[in-house]
Amino acid sequence: MRKLEEKIFKTLMRIATLVILGSLLLIFIAIIKRGLPAMSWDMLTKIPGGGFYIGKEGGLLNAIAGSVFLVIGATILGLAISIPVVVYINVYLPRKSLFADITRLSADILFGIPSIVYGAFAFTLMIYFGLKTSLLAGIIAVSLLITPILIRSMDEVARLVPKDLKDAALSLGATRYEIIKVVLKQISPGITTAILLSIGRAIGDAASVLFTAGYTDSVPTSLSQPAATLPLAIFFQLSSPIQEVQDRAYAAALILTAIVLVLSLLARYYSRKLSKNKV
Amino acid sequence: MRLLNPRDMLVRAKKSPKVRTLFGGAAVLEPENSHLHVQKDMPMEKPHISVRNLNVYLQQNHVLKNVNIDIPSNAITCIIGPSGCGKTTLLKTFNRLLDQSLEVKIDGEVLLDGENIHDPKVDIMHIRKKMGLLSQRPVPLPMSIFDNIAYGPRIHGIRRKKKLERLVQKYLKSAGLWEEVKDRLNTPANRLSIGQQQRLCLARGLAVEPEIILGDEATSALDPISSKKIEELFLKLKEEYSIVLVTHTLRQAKRIADYIIFMYMGEVVEAGTADQLFNNPQQELTREYLSGYFS
Repeated sequence: MRKLEEKIFKTLMRIATLVILGSLLLIFIAIIKRGLPAMSWDMLTKIPGGGFYIGKEGGLLNAIAGSVFLVIGATILGLAISIPVVVYINVYLPRKSLFADITRLSADILFGIPSIVYGAFAFTLMIYFGLKTSLLAGIIAVSLLITPILIRSMDEVARLVPKDLKDAALSLGATRYEIIKVVLKQISPGITTAILLSIGRAIGDAASVLFTAGYTDSVPTSLSQPAATLPLAIFFQLSSPIQEVQDRAYAAALILTAIVLVLSLLARYYSRKLSKNKV
Repeated sequence: MRLLNPRDMLVRAKKSPKVRTLFGGAAVLEPENSHLHVQKDMPMEKPHISVRNLNVYLQQNHVLKNVNIDIPSNAITCIIGPSGCGKTTLLKTFNRLLDQSLEVKIDGEVLLDGENIHDPKVDIMHIRKKMGLLSQRPVPLPMSIFDNIAYGPRIHGIRRKKKLERLVQKYLKSAGLWEEVKDRLNTPANRLSIGQQQRLCLARGLAVEPEIILGDEATSALDPISSKKIEELFLKLKEEYSIVLVTHTLRQAKRIADYIIFMYMGEVVEAGTADQLFNNPQQELTREYLSGYFS
């Protein structure tokens, strides 16, 4: 009887695992099947032609470049905020600190706020400061979105750094600043994972950039220009009644997925190389 | 067997040449008797660390109570006692690691080569540099074997690669690890076995050229063979260093200690040479502990 029970549950677990693998495979098949025929070299290297939003000619360079710029900018800005936070609550504050707990709780709450709310919030900021839809506004909105992710995922690993490690470095005569370097090095695989997670979230998010970065057919050349993004490119093209334009949406999805895939492989390779180490 | 009163014990200790440098007994000492610590008329070796009337409070808890001890140079001193008796706290006051935690209050003096380490004028890095710390579990820094050893010298300003290479080799040899790792100095330190990691940590501590080695149950996480290697290293290293070990295992203390400090509930109950303390303990509490009555 118990053997049967085990068999049933084992099968159920196997099915659940297969569902995950299967859905990944199905998504790939779907976007490849519809996107690949629409893919061409032009898609990657040309900006759209033949009409705003729904043009059939040209490519998606505007959205690719926009997304890449946006994500790079937002990640840098997000790291610039989150690393000091993580270092402060883990290196400077004592283990049981009310302030650290409040910070963690706030990050958790921020984590759960939907991206459209960040978009709306950034939009009110833009009005207040008199900013137009621009790459900069998009970067700020997206960095708001990913900073809690960065903080929480880095914090999880930073908390695991044993006190003995800090003591060891201290007893060798290290200063607080040098301790920070050791701690950051210890959690560097965690930082890579955090960056990877947040890039995944940032590059795929449409709602936060809708009002902030806007949309344009050209590649932005400065922070004050509006920027197109891949998720919005998918969104706008998919809502077109023209079949060819819809196919281009799948091509955009294919590019988006490919970028995320490449990034994640790079990050894995890089973090493995880091853990093999050298100062 | 008669119980000694504190004064008897002190007189006895004063007479015994072996314990000239090592006095015990906050618990058995009246503060007004503390002048007995200093024996002006006797030529005594200079104690490496002297603790005078040390009281430590952690979050309102009185963790160390009026501790008065001397740690001799070039010998192994073992601090024994049941868990939670303040052994580790005492050890960590020596290199001021306690300052890290908030809500800590330290009263009294810890003299290192005659200099009070809690003096605000004292450079804390300078104090820590004089002491190498081995913790319970080895904690290699997240870098290669070479960089682990070179870390200390580097932060103290040694940059030349030739010199660093020489130091790394020297201290890996002192820790008995050179032969095992000389071909893979660039692999991450956490690939080593636990026992090797602990010897690496020892080498790393030695590389800042300390005078004192502090060990906080440094072998308790290790297998018997690795423990034995570390113990042998301590016996060899005491020629050049003063070694203070916190240990849970009485047998280890019996094997390697020259001096013993027995602590109970934050107080030093008895201190003396290993020979005296193990063979002729003066306090009932010590006898009970040694006979395994409690642990």
